[in-house]
Amino acid sequence: MKIRTFSIGGIHADENKLTHDVATKVAALPKQAIFPLSQHIGAPAKPVVQKGDKVKVGTLIAEAGGFVSAPIFSSVSGTVFKIDTAIDATGYRKPVIIINVEGDEWEESIDRSDKLETIEAHPELTPEEIVSRVKDAGVVGMGGACFPTFIKLTPPPTAKAECVIINAVECEPYITADFRLMMEHADEILVGLELLMMAAKVTTGYIGIETNKPAAIELLTKKCAEKFNGSAYTVEVVPLKQRYPQGGEKQLVDAVIHRQVPAPPAIPVNVGAIVQNVGTAFAVYEAVMKHKPLFERYTTVTGKRLENPGNFLVRMGTPMQDLIDACGGMPEGDNKLLAGGPMMGKALTSTEVPICKGTNSVTILSDDEARRKEPEPCIRCAKCVLVCPMGLEPYLLAKLSEVKNWERCEREDIVNCIECGSCQFTCPAYRPLLDNIRLGKSTVMGIIRSRAAKK
Amino acid sequence: MNFILIAVIVLGAIGLIAAIVLFAASKKFAVYEDPRIAQVNALLPGANCGGCGFAGCGGMADALVKGADAGSIEGLSCPVGGADVMGSVADLLGMAIANGEPKVAVVRCNGTCEHRQKIAEYAGLRTCAAMNVCGAGETACGFGCLGCGDCVEACQFDAIHVNPETGIPEVDEEKCVACGACAKACPRNIIELRKKGPKGRRVYVSCVNKDKGPAAMKACAVSCIGCGKCEKECPFGAITVEANLAYIDPEKCRLCRKCEKVCPKHAIVAVNFPAPKPKPEADEQPEARKEENV
Repeated sequence: MKIRTFSIGGIHADENKLTHDVATKVAALPKQAIFPLSQHIGAPAKPVVQKGDKVKVGTLIAEAGGFVSAPIFSSVSGTVFKIDTAIDATGYRKPVIIINVEGDEWEESIDRSDKLETIEAHPELTPEEIVSRVKDAGVVGMGGACFPTFIKLTPPPTAKAECVIINAVECEPYITADFRLMMEHADEILVGLELLMMAAKVTTGYIGIETNKPAAIELLTKKCAEKFNGSAYTVEVVPLKQRYPQGGEKQLVDAVIHRQVPAPPAIPVNVGAIVQNVGTAFAVYEAVMKHKPLFERYTTVTGKRLENPGNFLVRMGTPMQDLIDACGGMPEGDNKLLAGGPMMGKALTSTEVPICKGTNSVTILSDDEARRKEPEPCIRCAKCVLVCPMGLEPYLLAKLSEVKNWERCEREDIVNCIECGSCQFTCPAYRPLLDNIRLGKSTVMGIIRSRAAKK
Repeated sequence: MNFILIAVIVLGAIGLIAAIVLFAASKKFAVYEDPRIAQVNALLPGANCGGCGFAGCGGMADALVKGADAGSIEGLSCPVGGADVMGSVADLLGMAIANGEPKVAVVRCNGTCEHRQKIAEYAGLRTCAAMNVCGAGETACGFGCLGCGDCVEACQFDAIHVNPETGIPEVDEEKCVACGACAKACPRNIIELRKKGPKGRRVYVSCVNKDKGPAAMKACAVSCIGCGKCEKECPFGAITVEANLAYIDPEKCRLCRKCEKVCPKHAIVAVNFPAPKPKPEADEQPEARKEENV
């Protein structure tokens, strides 16, 4: 059988999956946990606690601030120290809730046992019930974009969902958190997928995994056959050829079911697919079956010069410094600290930034690895055009942004760019293509929004 | 011979017919343009800088004449030409004009290399706009000048330049026409158009940091920490502290400089005053200051 992948563009970077075989460790509790109020796409959450309040693990500390928003739960027990500002993953000071950790006392409603709960044992679950539990538990997309999950599960009336695709691609170099999660919690993930399919009222599911994770493909194929044989659901594990950015929603839909998502504002559900990260499936399982809100996640802490890179089950709000210390401390010399992997990650200037709902990795690159080379003139080799997974012309968009020709940028579909960075990665002249395009994209989107507001 | 004659007659006839058609068309489809628009346009400086808010001087002339017909040209002003040009335009249109005082671009950041510690290195595209998207920049201040010179690029009058020693742009008051292009280009809204003031004297808060005291203090040696001392000191109620940041209202400020003396962080700057004691870090315009303007 031909191994599937998406149809245009893409690159293959060195994998560097240093922590592939490192079993997940439970990270130590921090002394102080920091919860940014904006950990998701949409309106920031609104604090419902005050200075001095006692909280337990799983206590609601901030409620959703709008329809597109998500509540935030404490991951620690202790006292609210203050509601202040601190540097978060955007690099700016943003409102946060800071909690001083005392002990580890959990809310009683959370089921802490390891027992696998199945849908068959819970006849009370209806699609509406699942969506409402997911919403109340503050579950957002765990792949990094952090879009509230309940919204994805309730598609607009104009679109009809036909299948759920689990994104277990993990195409970013270095990161192994999703792989470890699959190896260690395959059963839970499959129940999570079943819940997602039930909530979306579909019977078909796919799990897309790149072929560099044969162990996960084998394990999940076996488990799927055991679990879904003879059931109302059909689930297929789809091995995918290694290619970045396969983990992008649109690329994954293309790779798995060969359908192309049209230009924005179209979303995958317009072609019948609901894409959820494998971490999200696990979070959905815990939220629905264990009444456990989203307050911990799997995160990879990695880097070639780290003494002991590893995978961690970490409470949100833990400063990155704690995790780096657990891996042997920050290597000497100049380093580049990234929240996320080397392709999509965001460079940070502080190690005190907390782990949030979307922090799938903390990557530390040495100066030599991270240092950009001096840009040279574009030789029109069109390598960037060849690798663009969205079929754009990056050299042109970058130039148009540079000369501030926003009208032409819009005509050339700059808003379709998914900011994967393949163009910049492949450019033999080391041109800052994505820097320019990102700037142009945000400007053009601003223009489009203000135009729509005028109408 | 005959051929030449025929050619001349035919071409002459064609020319005549075409002339009649063109004449008729120009009468029939004539568009009336107020002759004053051209006159006003001639008075405007022709810089087409867009500082007035219109696409160019032509647009401004059009708006001025339309405004005059509607009874008022208030709110329209040419930053380049200033009072002189607006006065002659007002004379031409027979309008009274409440002329705004001349303004100048003011860079409200004093976070020079020695005041603000560099905590990181930015290696991406060297424009302020791109750097602003990536986070706070190379220092811990998320509000201050990034120093890549988007304002310099935007200025059509060669009036703003980044001082390589401080990393902060400086405005040439002689050349600045207060068109506001630099203020628009700055992604952090650091540049403000402020009243030029009598003899160019101004007092302003040279900081836009809205962080709380400790954070602002840590980020920069001359940041406003919102302590409110200046607000209490000001006898004219010109200073307000909002979101941990003081602002001096140029309309109310009487240039007494009391606030400057009480500011514990030296974030308040007074320029172009005759200087009994030199204040090196407050110096935005060393050339102008030397002139004894008394």
